Amino acid sequence: MSESAIKSNGTSKGMNIHARRTLSYIVLILLSFLCLIWFYILLINATRSNAELGRGFTVIPGKWLLTNWNNLRSGTLPIMNGMMNSIIVASLSAALNVYFSCMTAYAIHAYNFKGKNAVFTFILMIMMIPTQVTALGFISFMGKLGLMDSFIPLIVPSIAAPVVFFYMKQYMDSNLPLSLLEAARIDGCGEFRTFNSIVIPLMKPAIAVEAIFTFVASWNNYFTPALILSTDKKKTLPILIAQLRAADWLKFDMGQVYVMIAFSIFPVIVVYLFLSKYIVGGVTAGGVKE
Amino acid sequence: MSDKKYKHQKSGKVVSYNKWGYIFLIPFFAVWIIFQFIPLVTTFYNSFFENYRSGLTQVGPNFIGLKNYVTILTNGDLINYSKNTMIMWIIGFIPQIVFSLLLAAWFTDPQLRLKGQRFFKTVIYLPNLIMASAFSMLFFTLFADSGPINSILVSSGLLSAPFKFMSNVTAVRCLVGFMNFIMWFGNTTILLMAGMMGIDQSLFEAAEVDGATATQVFWKITLPILRPIFIYVLITSLIGGLQMFDVPQILTNGTGDPTRTSMTLIMYLNKHLYSKNFGMGGALSVFLFIITGILSLIVFKVSYAGEVK
Repeated sequence: MSESAIKSNGTSKGMNIHARRTLSYIVLILLSFLCLIWFYILLINATRSNAELGRGFTVIPGKWLLTNWNNLRSGTLPIMNGMMNSIIVASLSAALNVYFSCMTAYAIHAYNFKGKNAVFTFILMIMMIPTQVTALGFISFMGKLGLMDSFIPLIVPSIAAPVVFFYMKQYMDSNLPLSLLEAARIDGCGEFRTFNSIVIPLMKPAIAVEAIFTFVASWNNYFTPALILSTDKKKTLPILIAQLRAADWLKFDMGQVYVMIAFSIFPVIVVYLFLSKYIVGGVTAGGVKE
Repeated sequence: MSDKKYKHQKSGKVVSYNKWGYIFLIPFFAVWIIFQFIPLVTTFYNSFFENYRSGLTQVGPNFIGLKNYVTILTNGDLINYSKNTMIMWIIGFIPQIVFSLLLAAWFTDPQLRLKGQRFFKTVIYLPNLIMASAFSMLFFTLFADSGPINSILVSSGLLSAPFKFMSNVTAVRCLVGFMNFIMWFGNTTILLMAGMMGIDQSLFEAAEVDGATATQVFWKITLPILRPIFIYVLITSLIGGLQMFDVPQILTNGTGDPTRTSMTLIMYLNKHLYSKNFGMGGALSVFLFIITGILSLIVFKVSYAGEVK
């Protein structure tokens, strides 16, 4: 980079931009390759039989995808249960998270009450407390409440999500004029109804982005569910992956192992390919506002 | 501005509306207190007790003051595992920040006019959404002694015998670092790009008129202006690094092998939680809480201080 840049001071400026552009394309293509190759190998290997896999890697897919899948389903890992559990936990978390984060943000955005700034500062302060740090107290307190091995400790805590709150608050600052709420008041609309029938529909774009992020975060979460869930039928996909790793995997049919990994990765990839525009756009939100 | 004034005049008269502010805050704080605050206090409380299982017998809980802290600071594990965590974080973070800066500079450079930006951004962000445990399991199978990577290396003649990645300290650490790099550089690129696009274009034009080179512009204009966002990325990544768990846990099946050289702080905590050694686990949690607290305060100062009016 520096070499080509130094030269750009000279007369042959157009040529140098060309060289820099070529260099950046090469780096970009290499990095894209590094990002995608793993999923390609995964896809290929999921379609091959254990015997074929033992003979080494090929670039052409095999014909065993369905067989591997059927073997996996009839095996000991309750993967269909795992999928259902993951879907239930992740979608309920996402729904509660966005609805109540909007509500918290709305409280700060639309009302002037005593201690409002202190509350706002406080929520920003607790934003960075990692879940792992409170995990010990979390499992012992959930034990006392009789909530171990239940989905409640995995779903309900997402109501208090400072990061999403902060995003919603910023979105409201630029997209939710207070005059609109005044108008609703004059028309005799109650505060709670205003929130549900006026604010929530206006927040749709922000809700969609954050719902996707929360869903994915919950879907991928391994640490907390592994501590809370113990019944096989209640386990989510990441725990089943960990079980697969802990099993004597050499005795396993490797085709099944790859199908299992693909099964937990590809739903997210497919959703991502449809919604990537919104997801990539939503990354910066909630970060630094320069 | 006019909005604000209007609100201000009204706030004196229409107090009854403002009580709804408190009502709408109830769900957040109720849930926060039950699922985060009480657990946090319980964690601190547990750290002052001797409380573990040895075989079938339960020892404690007995109050022992700061003894857990003394044990954890002196028995060497904490230092070892902190070192492991930091090494693996740095292995991932250096390429992450270098490539993110490069890509962000290229994507936002008006002279380069790169084509296919949407495609590249979509691709580099993709690994961030992948289930870390599944990604790690995938790497474990790919880099296994009889896995496809070894099969490619041997059949292409690069190696005469399969390389045992999982029993080599450097290989395991580099694999963990590499996975973190692949999973996070897209995210960092997009954050840095947002910062770079916010820079006033006239600065670049002025620099060009003065005959500054692309390298000079990058070091003398782009980087100094990016300083706050750069610190934000650095510290949040460090906090994320301290929480490193899924990838090494699955890759090494929770053992941190070879000889616990890839055991991270959270894997250590997880071990205490599973063996119900609540005293030591509590002390370790408090230790992590203090470190992340200090780091978060820095982030808070750098990025959100202006938000709170």
